[in-house]
Amino acid sequence: MSARQSRRASSGAANGAANGAANGAVDPAASGAAHEASSPDLTALYRTMLRIRRFEERCAELYSAERIRGFVHLYIGEEAVATGVLDQVLPDEAVVTTYRDHGHALARGVPMNEVMAEMHGRVEGVCRGRGGSMHLFHAPTRLYGGNAIVGGGLPLAVGLALADRMLGRTRATVCFFGEGAMAEGAFHESMNLAALWRLPVLFVCENNGYAMGTALERSQSETNLALKAAAYGIPAWTCDGMDVEAVRGAAARALALVRDGGGPMFLEARTYRFRAHSMYDSDRYRDRAEIDRWKLRDPLVLLAGRLDDVDLEAIDSEVAREVEEAVAFADAGHDEPVSELTRYVTSEPITSAGAPR
Amino acid sequence: MSRQQTRARVAAEQPVVTYREAVREGIRDAMRRDDRVFLMGEDVGRYGGGFGVSMGLLEEFGEERIRDTPLSEGGFVGAGIGAALGGMRPIVEIMTVNFSLLALDQILNSAATLLHMSGGQFNVPLVIRMATGGGRQLAAQHSRSLEGFYAHIPGLRVLAPATVADARGMLWTALEDPDPVVIFEHGSLYNMSGGLPADSWAVGIDRAMVSRPGEHVTLVTHGGSLRLCLEAAEALAAEGILAEVIDLRSLRPLDDATVFESVARTHRALVVDEAWRTCGLSAEVAARIGEECFYDLDAPVGRVAAVEVPVPYPRHLEQAALPSAERIAAAARRLLSGSEAARA
Repeated sequence: MSARQSRRASSGAANGAANGAANGAVDPAASGAAHEASSPDLTALYRTMLRIRRFEERCAELYSAERIRGFVHLYIGEEAVATGVLDQVLPDEAVVTTYRDHGHALARGVPMNEVMAEMHGRVEGVCRGRGGSMHLFHAPTRLYGGNAIVGGGLPLAVGLALADRMLGRTRATVCFFGEGAMAEGAFHESMNLAALWRLPVLFVCENNGYAMGTALERSQSETNLALKAAAYGIPAWTCDGMDVEAVRGAAARALALVRDGGGPMFLEARTYRFRAHSMYDSDRYRDRAEIDRWKLRDPLVLLAGRLDDVDLEAIDSEVAREVEEAVAFADAGHDEPVSELTRYVTSEPITSAGAPR
Repeated sequence: MSRQQTRARVAAEQPVVTYREAVREGIRDAMRRDDRVFLMGEDVGRYGGGFGVSMGLLEEFGEERIRDTPLSEGGFVGAGIGAALGGMRPIVEIMTVNFSLLALDQILNSAATLLHMSGGQFNVPLVIRMATGGGRQLAAQHSRSLEGFYAHIPGLRVLAPATVADARGMLWTALEDPDPVVIFEHGSLYNMSGGLPADSWAVGIDRAMVSRPGEHVTLVTHGGSLRLCLEAAEALAAEGILAEVIDLRSLRPLDDATVFESVARTHRALVVDEAWRTCGLSAEVAARIGEECFYDLDAPVGRVAAVEVPVPYPRHLEQAALPSAERIAAAARRLLSGSEAARA
């Protein structure tokens, strides 16, 4: 099936759902899409997810110890989404994400030391400590934040893709956001622009069921999220966001279509955060039983079950060592001198990675 | 060379153009010089721009570079930011400042902030143009003067071309700035004509300008109020009061040194702004004069600003709400009452 045909097929599926024919759009994998991911390195995927998990568990401890401050939004439980998608994103492709961004930064290849130093507000941090947990930017891997305005990153992704198109580059831009963002005007404006101009963007909705403390069905009239993207003529489908292989496969197919000139694609990953919204959140709006039910589908446990003859304990101790090294790196870091407070409000010659050519 | 020949030569070098044409020429020139430059906004293409600024550009540059957008200010301003991050040099036209509020999140939370938040990694070389101001009986929602909102924001450069030369020349300099620049074009200026040398080109954007030299009082203003101040200065001159008129040109950063230098000579300052006085740009300028020129002043700093109401539709009420040459002249006279200039 060609990319064009596949686009029609998946659109048709979503439209069918709109007519009540199906509950949720269909992953074109089910209809045998041509673009299959190469066989995955499951051990590498496991390691990436574990790095995110252990990094954040350590961050939670450090938060309680008051060594990390501000808002910290943990991704624990959702690791399969960033890991599966970013496994398929090429090094020169742009990534835009939200304030729940540790997982994306680590899966994208931002050094853990620099992320941990950023959490500590150290000048050795990935953004010199200026951004903190919610604003991880990394020019070498084209990570454009770390946006703490819900929905704020979507128009940026549209523009990054527009620049690629106008400059004759064939590559995708990947934009992560939560289902809460789909109630924002920015979501709808971005869908319309991307579809109207057929821009190469993969929109990845991380549907963890809650916009802060408000459940999806309490905040949006249409809870079948793929339909919202389909309404703009964007092929949209849903995948199991707890299964990293499923996410990876769906992302591979979507990205192939995007790169092939198929216009924007929308992927909903159904996932769940095991921890509270932020470190301030007492998590009174969810049933304990619901959380426990989702934990049965812990993405790390799911994948571990498929890893035969892999020494998981060895990976665990490698990752534990990396996390402790990152903490030591952050501890040994420096506070930026107050005399530099007003730097980077406007550009300085040469220092900006995105400076004019 | 006869006097007639000289006049002809000057006329040839200084064709008279409208402010609208000057802005258009600035855009056209930038687009010819740099392939990365493109214009994006509501009705900039087939319609020719809400104020007719981009008329004819679609035919010259095509739909990719003269890009019509949906009515989607947050979306296309954000897309402009993204395109700037991705290597383009977008000019985003927001039809008027009133609608820019729909994009304020993108302008403040992204354009003005990404460089700092990313520790210097990502600058945003974006130019946003928009019409501002009232005076045309368009009622409250189409008559705002919100330059002060934007001038409040670190990370933005804010410009207010008040002359044909600045309308022509500020754009290229703004495009060369690696950071976001917001350009305010007062809606009443588009039909204003002025002489513009045929070879006119980019102008500096860092300094305020003395539009009319004087010695008794300094009128500090920008944008659409410049003409009113010049008119007021003309009326005052007939009474022997010589007002110096300063066109701020750049509202952020403010070239307050030029203002201080003038006030040190005239010893009196009147700040004129079409926006509301409370927490407005006039408050900032007046405060700086108070901080830096206190011992030079022979009178308290005066202000002429909009009456604090949403701009009403009826002509007489709108005129009463906004600064006028008469109000400016009257305020200047009050500052000078009892002085030698006033007695002259």
